[in-house]
Amino acid sequence: MKYYSYFPGCSTSEGGAKAYGWSTRAVSKVLDAELIELDDWNCCGSTPYSSVDELASICLSARNLALAEERGFDLVTPCSSCYLLLNRTNSYLKQYPQLRAKAEEALAAGGLEYHGTVKVRHLLDVLVNDIGYDEINSKVKRNLGKLKVAAYYGCQVVRPRPSFDHPEFPQSLDKLVACLGGEPVNFPLKSRCCGGSLIISEEALALDLIRRLLESAVSNGAECLVAVCPLCQTNLDAYQSQVNRRFKTNYNLPVLFFTQLMGIAFGLSDEDLGLRTSIVPVDKVLAKYL
Amino acid sequence: MDNKTQADAFVEEICSIPGGEGIRLCIQCGTCTASCPNAEKMEHTPSQLIAMARAGMRQEVLSSNAMWYCLSCYLCTVRCPRGIKQTNLMHALECLSVQEGLSHGRTLTPAMYRSFNDFVYSLGSLPEFGFMTWFYLLTNPLRAIKLVPVILNLLRRGRLSIRARRLTPKGTNQLKAILDKAESLGGTP
Repeated sequence: MKYYSYFPGCSTSEGGAKAYGWSTRAVSKVLDAELIELDDWNCCGSTPYSSVDELASICLSARNLALAEERGFDLVTPCSSCYLLLNRTNSYLKQYPQLRAKAEEALAAGGLEYHGTVKVRHLLDVLVNDIGYDEINSKVKRNLGKLKVAAYYGCQVVRPRPSFDHPEFPQSLDKLVACLGGEPVNFPLKSRCCGGSLIISEEALALDLIRRLLESAVSNGAECLVAVCPLCQTNLDAYQSQVNRRFKTNYNLPVLFFTQLMGIAFGLSDEDLGLRTSIVPVDKVLAKYL
Repeated sequence: MDNKTQADAFVEEICSIPGGEGIRLCIQCGTCTASCPNAEKMEHTPSQLIAMARAGMRQEVLSSNAMWYCLSCYLCTVRCPRGIKQTNLMHALECLSVQEGLSHGRTLTPAMYRSFNDFVYSLGSLPEFGFMTWFYLLTNPLRAIKLVPVILNLLRRGRLSIRARRLTPKGTNQLKAILDKAESLGGTP
């Protein structure tokens, strides 16, 4: 059994990506990874806070890191944005002493201290590097029969800082798909942006980016796409109909969380994985595996 | 102030924000602009914005829509041959623009960020449904009508919770104390 502190993030815990949280729990149980949710965590502030109020953004994440430090395990999150913000806070506190002094003073107002020792990990990193492909492969119960999958990384899981995979041509998720029995298709835009939160404020810009991703995946023969971030999944899934309407296209590409695909291969049930929360129905493509 | 001092003062100001200091290193190669998915839609491209800032065009830079079109995808950052953290630089400009109280009629991103942050500040978490509703009410409720199908689909599949996740009273107070202290320390250092 491996132990981790778990930071689900707002979307995955009680927001639009609850199915990501359920399937994360379900597959980590199969893989003997114990994810212990951080008590009373708060929102990481995401891009909106870090864009307009640097110190507050650092303090939001520092509180979570301080809570995790008391427990001592690596802090794992399935959300790419939480992953980036928590990591960024770690590096900013090291890099900017003035900022650290202020952040420490603010934390002290809440009776907390943070010493910079928490290692922040993305769930994908933990599953492929700590658990490993062999172990994952040994749990596969259903043959995915070369299901053609577009492995989509998006941005913030691989950028900006060097992490567990290449910043522009990552491979870890492709290898994971292959070890589950699926076939990762060539997907040149796999680490390009889904539009992020600009889908809300600048919809036209974001829809165009989503269209490019869908086009790249579909034209390379993908039958479904897997994502490693709640916002990427939501943009590609929930806004697919808007893309079709705007660009007169006809995409009908199921978009899964990568943990859902793992769960399907592990023989877990539809309910454990929340497959019914997908907006573009997944049944047709996955019927033979469920 | 003459142009030279004006330019120096603005660059100094940008450098005082974490992430802003890279502006001194730029060689105007344009790699950031060539990498940016939104560059062509910006009033000024990322490399233009840097050149303008270094020329002391404070007002023009801080009222540009360019940084608000930044997706924080970090492609520019990993490609910059000078190691400039261009995305963080964009955030530094956003911080300054907000401090300046500039209005941005041409982009709704600042209003969206503000709605997001108001919820996070008061609840410690982000209720997506409340946040989206609030944002559309503040900006242009008519825009939301086009989104009705998206919202209905999300609701039907249990993906838009009306109820917000709450921290414990102790956690809420602790977070408030931390954020209020941060504000009293002058926000952006």
